[in-house]
Amino acid sequence: MANMAQAVRMALHYGEKHLGVTDVFGEDVGPPLGGVFTATQGLKTAWNTPLDERGIIGTAMGIAYAGGRPVCEIQFCDYAFNVLDMFKIAGNQRWASGGGFDMPLVVMTPNGAGIRGSLYHSHSFESWASRLAGWKVVMPSNARDAYGLMLAAIKDPNPVLVLLPKALLRAKDPRLIPGEPADPDELGRMIDAPVGDRTGWEPNWPELEDYTIPIGTAERVREGASGTVISYGRTLPLCVQAADELAHRNHAFDVIDLRSIFPYDWELISRSVLKTGRVLIVNEDTEVTNFGEHLLRRVVDEHFYDLVVRPRTLMGKHVPGIGMNQNYELNSVPQLGDIRAAMWALATEAA
Amino acid sequence: MPEANNEDAPDIEDALVRRGTRTAAPSAIASGRHAMSVEVALTVFRQMLRTRALEERSIKMSKSGEAYFWIGGPGEEAFNVCLGLQINRGRGPAHDYLHLHYRNAGVMLAMGMPMIDHTRQLAMRATDRHSRGRNFVGHYAVPEWNVVPVTSVIEVQFAMAPGTALVQKRHGLKNPAEAEGITVVVGGEAGTAEGDFESCLNWSTRPGNELPVLMVVTNNNYGISTDLGTVHAHRPIADRAIPYGVRCETINGNDPVAAWHGIDRAMRYCRRERKPYLLEAVVSRLHGHSSSSGAQRNWTEADPIAAFEQKLIDARAIDAPTVRVMKEEAKAEADAAVVATMKEPEPSRDDVYAGTYAPSPADAVYPGDYTGLPGIK
Repeated sequence: MANMAQAVRMALHYGEKHLGVTDVFGEDVGPPLGGVFTATQGLKTAWNTPLDERGIIGTAMGIAYAGGRPVCEIQFCDYAFNVLDMFKIAGNQRWASGGGFDMPLVVMTPNGAGIRGSLYHSHSFESWASRLAGWKVVMPSNARDAYGLMLAAIKDPNPVLVLLPKALLRAKDPRLIPGEPADPDELGRMIDAPVGDRTGWEPNWPELEDYTIPIGTAERVREGASGTVISYGRTLPLCVQAADELAHRNHAFDVIDLRSIFPYDWELISRSVLKTGRVLIVNEDTEVTNFGEHLLRRVVDEHFYDLVVRPRTLMGKHVPGIGMNQNYELNSVPQLGDIRAAMWALATEAA
Repeated sequence: MPEANNEDAPDIEDALVRRGTRTAAPSAIASGRHAMSVEVALTVFRQMLRTRALEERSIKMSKSGEAYFWIGGPGEEAFNVCLGLQINRGRGPAHDYLHLHYRNAGVMLAMGMPMIDHTRQLAMRATDRHSRGRNFVGHYAVPEWNVVPVTSVIEVQFAMAPGTALVQKRHGLKNPAEAEGITVVVGGEAGTAEGDFESCLNWSTRPGNELPVLMVVTNNNYGISTDLGTVHAHRPIADRAIPYGVRCETINGNDPVAAWHGIDRAMRYCRRERKPYLLEAVVSRLHGHSSSSGAQRNWTEADPIAAFEQKLIDARAIDAPTVRVMKEEAKAEADAAVVATMKEPEPSRDDVYAGTYAPSPADAVYPGDYTGLPGIK
């Protein structure tokens, strides 16, 4: 029953203890705060940096060059625009050196809307990230996947960007992470830092086990023949909820949680599209040059004659940000009603 | 296939008859309050000649079509050779990490890089050990010597340097017998306008976490075509270290004796104190920024090789015929490297994906080599 922030914390602890993580660092990542979303509380190797995203990514690259195993955080992905060129360089170092230098670093950053973060804390980054050749990009939609994808990211000898949906960081997962105590209150007592004075506090980590979700593996979380819905991150649970509602109206969907943006699980997508002939791609990044458009292009390229109705996307509006008023947030990025309507239209369009 | 290039323009310096004024061979070459043994001086001089010969041959390659683009550092030989000769060369945190820029051929040759490792990259050959024919010349990458990949992006190396230095400092604390490795990061003065330069100063001086980073700024007074005086207030670049409490110095990078000792002071401090040092070396730029600006010789700039040659002859450490022989040997070595390089294969279309991702046990799509988009048959 861990939430996603606890799951990330436990994965980093497992990484420190078993996978050679040498540094977990970023702005406010170390004591006393342990991350603005508490994802790094109590970690042995966590430390605070200057408020300097370029320094964070540059130093992570240096640590990786010198044989360390860094996991760093960009406090909100909106701040990653400050380091886009550093990301590009981290991604190209192996190719540029003809395979001479690996770049084993993990960057994690909160992503997307849903917590009234306004203009500078609500962005989605996966479409930008998908252009960073040399990187791998993952985005969990639940706590257990967050644990499994974090372990994969740490084990991977390439730069991996872990995008954490802000709206889901407090969402509890009924499925237990291997080693996690069944009682969520007990877990909280063990690993959540106390409010107030934390001097002298140390976490009591559970005996966690390896649970790795290989990068590039999606999960089909609902099954049906009425259509294929591909999503990830914050919109994934909404797609599942809509699918469950529409199942009562005799339309069952394949809902695919992509989990990995790159590399992505084309085999699973392709099999589902062959089965249903109807495709909807849902995410909340802005709609112009969206990663979903890449998936759409491949669906059209490789399955044009397998489709029975036009394939479609549901994405965030092409505006420069999300405004503070709730009406802006609700109407900038897909909500449950939008998704349900799009799925209904997909399933009911005459072939 | 091209043969050795024997069409060198007459060497103006060779036309000058350099005559010594001393009567006895010296034991040391002096410059101000510093001195260098003759043995070291001649080693430095030979490496400077080799560097110049390689750079001049490289420029010819770019003009003849054997290479597409040239960039390098003629005029910086004195400083670069002295730096390369003092590097603790090797792999891993016990040795020095080098975050170089693209004017550091002299550093690499002095460290022992064969000329052909340079010309292969210049000619974009598949045999280019640094980048497989992918990168501009001078963009070295040598894992065995801790030379991390050089980027064309100005000054980003200054943001990376604290990372390698952090690992080195920890390594030294854990292994006192190996507490020698430092990080050397090199950039130009124009690049100090980038925030990454300030990041390096900041991250290397966090209280209680000072890092052994030798920050080198080779100041040749130009950023491409822009005069330093039009973009920077007239304070030494080294002064940027003062607010951070970082020890700093500006030296004459054209004088090998001054450069040797300046580098030695800075390195000793970083190695012993495990703290940063900012060293500004004032150097010449003899052929402009790159082949994009024509790479013509600028005869108004001071030539560190001509000056050191005269100093060595004046001191009777060497004579003019010996210098001539050394220059001919250096040119012959560069010519031979080019001839051998041009016989080697270019990368093929099959090489495009190679080296993109390291094989990963945690990746279902690319557990081995990268093969393009997922699921492409």
